[in-house]
Amino acid sequence: MYRYDEFDHAFVSERVAQFRDQVERRLAGELSEDAFKPLRLMNGVYLQLHAYMLRIAIPYGTLNSKQMRMLAHVARTYDRGYGHFTTRQNLQFNWPKLSDMPDVLAELATVEMHAIQTSGNCIRNVTADHFAGAAADEVADPRPYAEILRQWSSVHPEFSFLPRKFKIAVTGAERDRAAIQVHDIGLHLKKNDKGELGFAVYVGGGQGRTPMIAKLIRDFLPEEDLLSYTTAIMRVYNLHGRRDNKYKARIKILVHETGVEELARQVEVEFAKLRDTELRLPEKDVQAIAAYFAPPALGERPEGWENLARWKKADEDFARWVKQNVQPHKNPDYGMVTISLKPIGGIPGDATDAQMDAVAEIAEEYAFDEIRVSHEQNLILPHVALADLEPVYRALVAAGLATANAGLITDIIACPGLDYCALANARSIPVAQEISARFGAPERQAEIGELKIKISGCINACGHHHVGHIGLLGVEKKGAELYQITLGGSGDEQTSIGEIIGRGFEPEKVTDAIEKIVDTYLGLRLDPQETFLTAYRRVGPQPFKDALYGGNAAEAA
Amino acid sequence: MVDKVLTANRLTDGVSVWLNAAGEWATSLQEALVARHAEAFAALEEIGRKAYADNKVVDVNLIEVQETDGILWPLRLRERIRAQGPTMAYAPGYAPADPEFIAV
Repeated sequence: MYRYDEFDHAFVSERVAQFRDQVERRLAGELSEDAFKPLRLMNGVYLQLHAYMLRIAIPYGTLNSKQMRMLAHVARTYDRGYGHFTTRQNLQFNWPKLSDMPDVLAELATVEMHAIQTSGNCIRNVTADHFAGAAADEVADPRPYAEILRQWSSVHPEFSFLPRKFKIAVTGAERDRAAIQVHDIGLHLKKNDKGELGFAVYVGGGQGRTPMIAKLIRDFLPEEDLLSYTTAIMRVYNLHGRRDNKYKARIKILVHETGVEELARQVEVEFAKLRDTELRLPEKDVQAIAAYFAPPALGERPEGWENLARWKKADEDFARWVKQNVQPHKNPDYGMVTISLKPIGGIPGDATDAQMDAVAEIAEEYAFDEIRVSHEQNLILPHVALADLEPVYRALVAAGLATANAGLITDIIACPGLDYCALANARSIPVAQEISARFGAPERQAEIGELKIKISGCINACGHHHVGHIGLLGVEKKGAELYQITLGGSGDEQTSIGEIIGRGFEPEKVTDAIEKIVDTYLGLRLDPQETFLTAYRRVGPQPFKDALYGGNAAEAA
Repeated sequence: MVDKVLTANRLTDGVSVWLNAAGEWATSLQEALVARHAEAFAALEEIGRKAYADNKVVDVNLIEVQETDGILWPLRLRERIRAQGPTMAYAPGYAPADPEFIAV
């Protein structure tokens, strides 16, 4: 993985010292909240309902064991013994004191971590496929490009005060696991007919109150033009993006109001001015960055095949976990392990300090010291020999991290919701917990198959409800919580925005409604291989409306 | 007229606090000074403005409460959760909010 150079170290240390001074002045009363708020936000410090929250950047979701141990240490020392992994591949601590914040950031800096650009109207943490560098279906590792974008966008003077926040995602496989079409810029790394690397460029996707699917504006952008073309997009956005209304300030609105052809034309005009400048990526620089992401030396471990078959036969729970949580690696002797942070009835995305330490230890011993955070709020060990799966599983069981539900109905994404968030209108976590408990039986989950439920506690959609196969949006109606259900959303290479199915449901009725939807699906699917999403796309919303609302047309949307 | 109390988050650690009768910021809503008429609301707002200007607290708000059997109960769910913390068990050693207090 990428290691800081001298410049990076100096820059982050300088930022910590700056922020320490700012916090001291704030606590001494020399800085007002109005003056301090933008400064704390630039360092990832928010104020939530009960306390401050610190959002720590995990670039493209890649961590090593040392960094994970530091997160555990921060959780233990400065927080309440846990952290929350987010849909942006970041980590949030919910209880740190403002007065401790400089010390936390100083400790993070010792392991090459920070919280810069995790807030504010700037280019946020660049996200990537959590299986990058390991997936069997990958054309190339997207992380070197995510790292190049990270370096380019860090405190970029021209793009630090954009009309609104800006999110870039990169994938290197046809199967989109980074949800690139719901990002401001989505980059699909691919090869052309000549075998050269480049990008399909999507612009103007996003969720929030106005969900939009990104538009393809370049089918193949040569690798060397990545920064010049991205800069061109940013310039067009920075110039024309609306600053009069924060709800219309994202680039998706600009794309929508300008029209994709005209916007693409404007980008091309800027690009023409930029492509032969210093922004052109020199091949040697790309290679230098790519070298940081060289795959580990994966020795031959053919014994794993036989061992695995034997272990699976002997232990049904292990077999279920392998089936659900281990994906094919590009090296057939290895697998990619998803560590579910979705225990049945638990809090999606939360991990205790002890669990973080356990993951660090397992990664060090069995997974070449590599850990990823997925945007689905799980952790990933991207390189595990099949021959080591059994001890890895045992260690995960001991840490309470062996739930075999990756991609199943209990693998729920949920934002912090009204239990923590100052913006939320309704709770997300308890709803997720109840659904998880209702469907937690392994046989039932297996029968239902792939089904992604995503829950947001407000229209800002941090829980990605728009792209949930079943999405839940919590709203406040007459002082009480109400949950609007959407169906048919998806955040993959066939991205779709879920459709509102009808009148919302009170908290105590949501799980029953989900069960009706699931039972309806089970009743109409052509065979067990037809997933919920495929079935929904085949039959549309009507059978589900009928099940939920009977003949009451007024309640169905 | 609905009763009101003054709430904020403490500057140093962000913890939710409520103004009590001694003019201090208490960490329990139940210790809050209850304002029951317009003049009292205005007085609380002024105290809040000053505490904010003096850098004691942030995010100062006057919120609506109802007093039943000596228990102060915010009308908005958001404020009930602020008063008692997350509604689910989230960390060993930290009790979740009382479901009866949170319920509508």
